[in-house]
Amino acid sequence: MPTTVPLELTAPFAPGGETAIDATLAQRLISIALESGGDAADLYFEFRVTADYALQEEQVKSVGRGVTLGLGVRVTKADATGYAYTEDLAWERMAHAARIAGQIASGGGAPLPVAASAVVLPDFYPVARPSLLEAPGDKLELLRAADRAARAYDPRIVKVEASFVEQIKEILLFTSDGKMARDVLPLMRFGVSAVAEQGGKRQSGSSGGGGRYGLDYFAQAEKDAAAHGREAARVALAMLDARDAPAGEMPVVLGPGDSGILLHEAVGHGLEADFNRKQTSNYSGQLGKPVASTLCTVVDDGTIGSSRGSINVDDEGNPGRRNTLIENGILVGYMHDRLSARHYGIEPSGNGRRESFRSMPLPRMTNTLLLAGPHDHDEIVGSVKRGIYAKRFSGGQVNISNGDFVFSLTESYLIEDGKLTAPLKGVNLIGNGPEVLRKVDMLGNDYQLSDGIWTCGKDGQSVPVGVGTPSVRISGITVGGTQA
Amino acid sequence: MISSVSSRESASVSESVVPELVEVAKQVVRMCEQAGADAAEVLVRDGSELTVKVRMGQPELVQEAGSRAVGLRIFKHGRRAVTYTSDLRHRSLESFVAESVALAGLAEPDEHGRLPDSDELAHELPELELYDDAVAQVDAAWAMKQCLAGEQAARGFDPRITNSEGATWSRTVGATAFATSGGFAGGYRGSYASMYVEPLCDDPSDPANPKKRNGYWWTADRFLARLDDPEAVGREAARRTVATLGSKKIATQDCPVVFDPEVGRSIIGTVFSVANGSSFWRKSTYLLDREGTAIASPLVTIVDDPLIPRAPGSRPFDGDGLATRKNVLVRGGVLETVLCDVYSARKLGRRSTGSAGRGIGGNPGPTTSNLVLEKGVGTREALLEDTGRGLYVTSMMGFGFNPVTGDFSRGAQGFWIEGGELTFPVSEITVSCNFDDLLKRIDRVAEDLDLRSSTACATFRVSHMTVAGTSPDQSAA
Repeated sequence: MPTTVPLELTAPFAPGGETAIDATLAQRLISIALESGGDAADLYFEFRVTADYALQEEQVKSVGRGVTLGLGVRVTKADATGYAYTEDLAWERMAHAARIAGQIASGGGAPLPVAASAVVLPDFYPVARPSLLEAPGDKLELLRAADRAARAYDPRIVKVEASFVEQIKEILLFTSDGKMARDVLPLMRFGVSAVAEQGGKRQSGSSGGGGRYGLDYFAQAEKDAAAHGREAARVALAMLDARDAPAGEMPVVLGPGDSGILLHEAVGHGLEADFNRKQTSNYSGQLGKPVASTLCTVVDDGTIGSSRGSINVDDEGNPGRRNTLIENGILVGYMHDRLSARHYGIEPSGNGRRESFRSMPLPRMTNTLLLAGPHDHDEIVGSVKRGIYAKRFSGGQVNISNGDFVFSLTESYLIEDGKLTAPLKGVNLIGNGPEVLRKVDMLGNDYQLSDGIWTCGKDGQSVPVGVGTPSVRISGITVGGTQA
Repeated sequence: MISSVSSRESASVSESVVPELVEVAKQVVRMCEQAGADAAEVLVRDGSELTVKVRMGQPELVQEAGSRAVGLRIFKHGRRAVTYTSDLRHRSLESFVAESVALAGLAEPDEHGRLPDSDELAHELPELELYDDAVAQVDAAWAMKQCLAGEQAARGFDPRITNSEGATWSRTVGATAFATSGGFAGGYRGSYASMYVEPLCDDPSDPANPKKRNGYWWTADRFLARLDDPEAVGREAARRTVATLGSKKIATQDCPVVFDPEVGRSIIGTVFSVANGSSFWRKSTYLLDREGTAIASPLVTIVDDPLIPRAPGSRPFDGDGLATRKNVLVRGGVLETVLCDVYSARKLGRRSTGSAGRGIGGNPGPTTSNLVLEKGVGTREALLEDTGRGLYVTSMMGFGFNPVTGDFSRGAQGFWIEGGELTFPVSEITVSCNFDDLLKRIDRVAEDLDLRSSTACATFRVSHMTVAGTSPDQSAA
């Protein structure tokens, strides 16, 4: 194995870096940004190194690496935002970006920027050694181990692909009200997909995971590379016997963990406060009112150790927090960024997130969870005469305005007389957020957090998130199969 | 060395920018070779964006920035690495190139992963008129006026329009240059402008569950003068939004389904996702071994044409540096060819169709340019009249498509067709059937094709699909 040049993982804007940014320089930039009369300004420096490795046809076909560096400058005036960014950290380019962002404000006395002091941050993802620093050969071996395990699982497995993506993101941000925060965010994701073939029929399956871990992720029980390989193979084989799913409204039981996607779509997005500030969400004006069955308590929790959606600090300088959104069915809070928190006259909730220095922050979810209930998993499945059991998903989508959402099942089973019977072909469920949450009539005591694979998109910005839920019974939801 | 190009104060991309960027790309190719690469391909992008958004008559966002990046593909001893950086300080770039060359050593040799053969490369590039300086000249104040006019037209259209997600005007302009050790060097400028209006209504039809109803309309073009009037966009957005008031579920049933072009084009895009060289060699498509056979109704002809002047998806060369050309994917329902880049073509033992796309940080892969379902005959109204009763779909949600099996199931919204006309609005339903059946059941294509988007189709009808909605509770039976 040839040796590689050591990776330079320190941000150029960090102390001692080539273009080190200190509080004095930041204050000068903020002053320029506020020259035209803005209410507030912030600077967001970002340095991101990613690497990816992909295996196809039992070979590591390609390796990739990317470096992103830049500064985003935001100026707000009432509800209006001016935003500019530069990838060049030379002083005149940064000052130019600050002036462009500041143009949103016209006239008025700008506040003097407050001298920055560092925000004290928690550490929700202590990583002894980022995976980017580990020998690349170890990561290639993970891909090969998953490939071997999937192929060894059954001779009907005819194709396996595996990938490993890792990233270190360093951010440094300053706000005109005197906050300074610096964080380093590790993130890794491992994925395996398999195709099974029998008698001319082909089916696919996948498994993956990750989070804000180093390679220690793989030391967890059932999360080693081979386990993901076997799981992808198992799903592909199980689906070989899949039959057409039914069409129409019926009871659905969601398995624990990844089913939290339903929560993310059915209620999560609708509780992001920008939509409510603008009265564009179907949850607008519903604070204090029942919006779900009394079994449901929903929280957004950015503080879960090493979870994909966790953040020590949001992208506006507010520490990550655990916020209760729905308590025993009553809507008690929204997720806020600085703009919406100011509108509602409350403290920011640590949900102001952005994809990169090229984007302004928005209220976003971190890890969105439905807390455990009183029922046993088997009791829930046993209670259903005819319905669907949903186990694996490829994603979901919601219309914020009317609350309609879909989510797509990739592994599901028919429930007949309280037992899982035939596997079903891929199918969509469609429902309306508040209506479906009111139909949650059994909730398991088997809460699980999803493994780290989910990415949430909003306004063209993608951020990593987590979801979590126990088993859930919904008394009726529309199943989009073909058997009417 | 590259900052000299992108520190321009104006968004205009002068003609001289392209040869300057090509020169930069060639320089970086040489750096890679000097650092030990057997061969290299270098993509350089330099562009800028402006986004202006107005909501409820007030400015909400002005975003303006320039952006540049370099993407490399390194070949060494039959191995490959793909890297990119936006950190273009000279010293950073030198060490980045060295790291990239070292990284290539980690991959395993791949006999198909070589540079394109030199006889495949494009030599003369067609002039496709992809850049309009008027788009670059737009400033935030002018864009703001367009947004104000568009949103005002929407809010004034009907008193039931009570709120707004706003109006957004945006543009991107820039230049792309590509150079390779194999001898390709070329570049081009491009521009694109768009405007989008999204009004909202309150829908009190279910007091127990108050909803909002949203709709949208848009205009987009590479040339400023070809954009629709903001007022026309706003009015159409409002008309579409008001029409969804009182949407309801319908009963589960099998019925004809008509796809509006706004949503039909995602069906055409799905055809490409299972009819490209990558999905073929990876065996991740249900269309494997189906070339030369009927995969759709005889009414279906799908063409990918990158050479249409001024069109949104046009390009003078592809991501491998090959000349682009018109390809017929499906002719009269028969799958004629699948779109290939050089790599997937070699895996399949054939020649590239000149369809490689390449992002700044990835390997090339097959992509569409302007992918069009050829129009049929008759108006949309005639198609509806002929349909009698059925579902008219205006939007779809979710990711319910399995390329390996063709299983297709997506959330949908639209209108119920009765007596050959759109009647009440429908939501919270799904439309499903196997994609193979869906394509074969296309039994009418109208003539209302427009080429605003890079994937385009006219209104078309699928003779029947399963629509899932309400059903009497059968679980007790």
